[in-house]
Amino acid sequence: MTRTLTFLGLESSCDDTAAAVVRMEETGPRILASVVAGQTALHAPYGGVVPEIAARAHAEKLDLCVEEALAEAGVTLADLDGVAVTAGPGLIGGVMSGVMCAKGIAAGAGLPLVGVNHLAGHALTPQLTEGLAFPYLLLLVSGGHCQFLIAHGPEEFTRLGGTIDDAPGEAFDKTAKLLGLPQPGGPAVEAEAMSGDPKAVHFPRPLLDRPGCDMSFSGLKTALLRARDAEVAEHGGLRRQARRDLCAGFQAAVTDVLAEKSRRALREYLAHAPEHPAFAVAGGVAANATIRARLEQVAAEVGATFAAPPLKLCTDNAAMIAYAGIARFETGAQDGMDLSARPRWPLDRSAPAMLGSGKKGAKA
Amino acid sequence: MPTETPPLFTLDLPDAEATARLGETLAPLLRAGDVLLLEGQIGAGKTHFARALISARLAALGRHEDIPSPTFTLVQSYDAAPEIWHADLYRLTHPDEAIELGLDEAFETAICLVEWPDRLGDLTPPGALTLRFSLRAGGAARAVEISGDAAWRARLQPLESWPDA
Repeated sequence: MTRTLTFLGLESSCDDTAAAVVRMEETGPRILASVVAGQTALHAPYGGVVPEIAARAHAEKLDLCVEEALAEAGVTLADLDGVAVTAGPGLIGGVMSGVMCAKGIAAGAGLPLVGVNHLAGHALTPQLTEGLAFPYLLLLVSGGHCQFLIAHGPEEFTRLGGTIDDAPGEAFDKTAKLLGLPQPGGPAVEAEAMSGDPKAVHFPRPLLDRPGCDMSFSGLKTALLRARDAEVAEHGGLRRQARRDLCAGFQAAVTDVLAEKSRRALREYLAHAPEHPAFAVAGGVAANATIRARLEQVAAEVGATFAAPPLKLCTDNAAMIAYAGIARFETGAQDGMDLSARPRWPLDRSAPAMLGSGKKGAKA
Repeated sequence: MPTETPPLFTLDLPDAEATARLGETLAPLLRAGDVLLLEGQIGAGKTHFARALISARLAALGRHEDIPSPTFTLVQSYDAAPEIWHADLYRLTHPDEAIELGLDEAFETAICLVEWPDRLGDLTPPGALTLRFSLRAGGAARAVEISGDAAWRARLQPLESWPDA
């Protein structure tokens, strides 16, 4: 690193609106501020987590997030070296308001503009938090995503496989819903599973019998529904212990699938980069202690370094966008005022398609 | 609403493959402006059906793509002629949000598969086809009730011979 770079990052591609300031110093990157304006508080009167559909709502909150992030970081626009923004994939209205806001700031303050792939933000987070060097194997596992990627560089990824249907985070949420547990489902199901017997109810291990790194989680819903209905039919309701057992059985199935597929992905990765044994996990599901411990074990089996960023940087945030923006900028990349929002934007351009390609067509 | 009249078809779907086959059977029968309302509880097979249908239409164009769940993104759209929209409205709280998503326009120009269509309220297109999925006792079995107007009855003739369709 020859000089210090300070970037503002903006993220508004999904439910959350966020702004952050990250500074790249000689010793590595430092997060000066990271602000996330969740939807939960705003929509609390209506109950539950409501998605942000309108670009307008994102736009309103972006200004406030930027102000707060700059104040918290103790910098002004004059101290910045660039503005990074999520340009996709995601809900088009949200992405567009982020891109517009970033363009406004960049033009007004005379700063370079860098568009960032939201998934690259997640994929590069282990570098931001753990200083992990390229290349490494990444499991991105969250509410909407589940894929194995080899990270070769800031914009260079190879996809080894991913879910062919639901992502695990969605499966946890739906499990919670089916069992009358609160949302978000991840922590609720994990808490119940702690005092449950994972062997009391048998859950399938989808796609384990097939080669490759692809996964499937939607069939676990059927297994759960059947077991729940059998329990209700037999006992006239869902007993506390039965619910704990169902949660434990479900979690064990997800853990087994992720662990075995990680083992295979690591084998493929190590054949490619034997001198760099490193396995990183990013995404909200990495917060599950059982899953995390098993993945750590899988890495240890082959002597690979294991890295998992802290939870608040695993879920959607703008620090990862600012960092990914710096990483792109350092390679000489920069965008003009023609930067457009991309609803679909696969990380691995050689792969035909990937999960989480987002949508297009919403009104701004 | 067509849901008050008796269904055009009530089909047994003994396993997940049968649900997929129904999607593949309907895929070539659809055209721009068709809206399929997919009803049924979590795990009833709505997304599985939609995936099979979309996958079959893309395969007919020589394309093989992942069909992710729209639960988090609300809508996944697929570039094809006509465009295919796969929506999950579970997280919507007001029909106006469906307009924000651009669904009202898509109803006219695209093939739309809509999960949790009760969120649409008055926006529900009158000519839509409703597929109500439900779980049958035991195993992986589901059933589906398909309801629509007379025009749909004529177009869905290939289903007369289900399960040999």
